Amino acid sequence: MRSVGLVIVSHSEKLAEGVVELTAQMARDVALRTAAGTDDGRIGTSFDKVNDAVTELREAGHDVVILTDLGSATMTVEAVLDFLDDDEREHIVFAEGPLVEGAVAAGVAAQVGGDLASVAQAARARELFA
Amino acid sequence: MLLIELDRQIGDGDHGANMDKGFTAAVAKLEAGAETVQDVLKVVAQTLMSTVGGAAGPLYGTAFLRASKALGDDTEVDAAGVAALIGGALEGIVARGKATTGEKTMVDAWTPALAAAQAVAEAGGSATEALYAASKAALEGAEATIPMQATKGRASYLGERSIGHQDPGATSTAYLLAAAADASGIA
Repeated sequence: MRSVGLVIVSHSEKLAEGVVELTAQMARDVALRTAAGTDDGRIGTSFDKVNDAVTELREAGHDVVILTDLGSATMTVEAVLDFLDDDEREHIVFAEGPLVEGAVAAGVAAQVGGDLASVAQAARARELFA
Repeated sequence: MLLIELDRQIGDGDHGANMDKGFTAAVAKLEAGAETVQDVLKVVAQTLMSTVGGAAGPLYGTAFLRASKALGDDTEVDAAGVAALIGGALEGIVARGKATTGEKTMVDAWTPALAAAQAVAEAGGSATEALYAASKAALEGAEATIPMQATKGRASYLGERSIGHQDPGATSTAYLLAAAADASGIA
């Protein structure tokens, strides 16, 4: 089974770094990447940054769960996923859920060896809002 | 400047600057060379997706990409081609943003623009006439968003307070089509 890494997509670099900092506390062995801000450091999201973070984790042999902060980050991620081959697409899940709790829950699930589906399920953190 | 002001009222205030950034980068990329209309649209799509930053990046990026595909292999764009291009763009925006008309978004500009371009094509008009008709209809569509309450995008967080403001995305759509019409009139 492949280990699962997380990509935190946010409009703000500071926000993404904070989420990674918090998640790493309980997921110290999990590969965590940020894709935040525009290419020139403004508030926003970047197609290339998301694509690079996902590619980096995939090349390191991980499956990938992606989490986002706001609607337009979601659209950027969906655009990136549209460009991938179906074979590659199977190894990546975009989990819509609350960013902070979703990232921590997914990080813990990945830390204890969860597979792609179970980490994605944790990222959606449905049980927290049921 | 108008886009920035409109976006300050019901959004995060970055739409005008984002569009300027994206299209300036796209023009620079195009100066390096693009052969066909399809290539031009594709280069613009990719550049917007990686440089715009806000929701307009993936939305307009997808619009230009689908517009490029909608043209097929045609090398000359007539009025029917303009309608196909606008239809592709609208389809892409709807697929990416999951919005429909009446939600105070750019869909409220692209939808009447498509109908206007189709009408010109059916009446045997030129590509430039189709683009002018589309841009006029898009501007009317943008103005018609003023009394709407936003139910999609960042402005929806404002609820009723979004009423009374013109949607920035619908407005930039009208500008974009007007710029295309002006450019095709020169060519």
